[in-house]
Amino acid sequence: MKRYQNLLMMFGVVLLVALPLWMVKKPAPGPDGKKVEIFRGADDQAKDVIVKLAPGYQPWFKPLMEPPGGEVGSLLFALQAALGAGFIGYYLGVSTTRARMRRENDTEARC
Amino acid sequence: MHIMEGFLPVTHVIGWSAVSAPFVAYGLYSINKRIKENPEQRMLLGVAAAFTFVLSALKMPSVTGSSSHPTGTGLGAILFGPAAMAPIGAVVLLFQAILLAHGGLTTLGANIFSMAVVGPFVATAIFRLARIAKLPFGLSIFFAASCSDLFTYITTSAQLAYAFPDPAGGFAASFAKFATVFAVTQIPLAISEGLLTVVVMNALARFNPQELKEMNVVTVQEVRV
Repeated sequence: MKRYQNLLMMFGVVLLVALPLWMVKKPAPGPDGKKVEIFRGADDQAKDVIVKLAPGYQPWFKPLMEPPGGEVGSLLFALQAALGAGFIGYYLGVSTTRARMRRENDTEARC
Repeated sequence: MHIMEGFLPVTHVIGWSAVSAPFVAYGLYSINKRIKENPEQRMLLGVAAAFTFVLSALKMPSVTGSSSHPTGTGLGAILFGPAAMAPIGAVVLLFQAILLAHGGLTTLGANIFSMAVVGPFVATAIFRLARIAKLPFGLSIFFAASCSDLFTYITTSAQLAYAFPDPAGGFAASFAKFATVFAVTQIPLAISEGLLTVVVMNALARFNPQELKEMNVVTVQEVRV
């Protein structure tokens, strides 16, 4: 059980991401014929709630710079994830090697 | 949980910045002190930051039909205590605010408070309680990380409800609306974050038992070499 624990948990994460894709049905296009977008960011939806609660509210500050398009935005997000994952991978590599060398040293010393 | 640029009134911007600033300052002080005393923990601190980078970049679909992202601050809070995560979370939020127009500079204080203050404190508190209750290591990590994720989003909902109370129902009605958008969407993501944190923590505990023991994360009995 312990051996498969990590694999099972990874599988659980994949399932948690994949299930919504399959469970949420795309709603029919509205009367104006516009396609309804699903899986929008929750941050965006919070903005809609604000607009509904306080219709007169004007955002008083604009982002200094915005990614010039969705693709550039996803490039930056991918970069962020890649940097993080790269470092974690590097550290795990270092620590597995270190643990192995420690073990080998121990057995040599005992011989 | 990123409140968008310009979407908090000026008084709230000043208020939340003033609340978050001391946490970031104390966090920097505590990280410096720790690295000076235990230079070998520097790499592990990097891992905590890297984990936050990865998880907060992953936008995952949820059962509510919208997407959101985990926060990743639980792991670092369990390893280094809640204070250390305030500056790390602030760096991630600053990166996203400046380069990605995700979140914002004016809302940075409020976003730091939810993701880098409340989340880590919840993670540490739950982890300690779970350990006192003698729950298994993995389960303690799971509860700590998922609750930290969920509470971050509950905090954001409360912050927005406080800034934009419902004209009829006041704070409570407005909170319910924001919580539907944020907290409900977040439930499956919080479970994912909990699982991912356990996976990474298992790997860390397996290959670095000595360090984690010194940091009081695992007990002597749990370290089997």
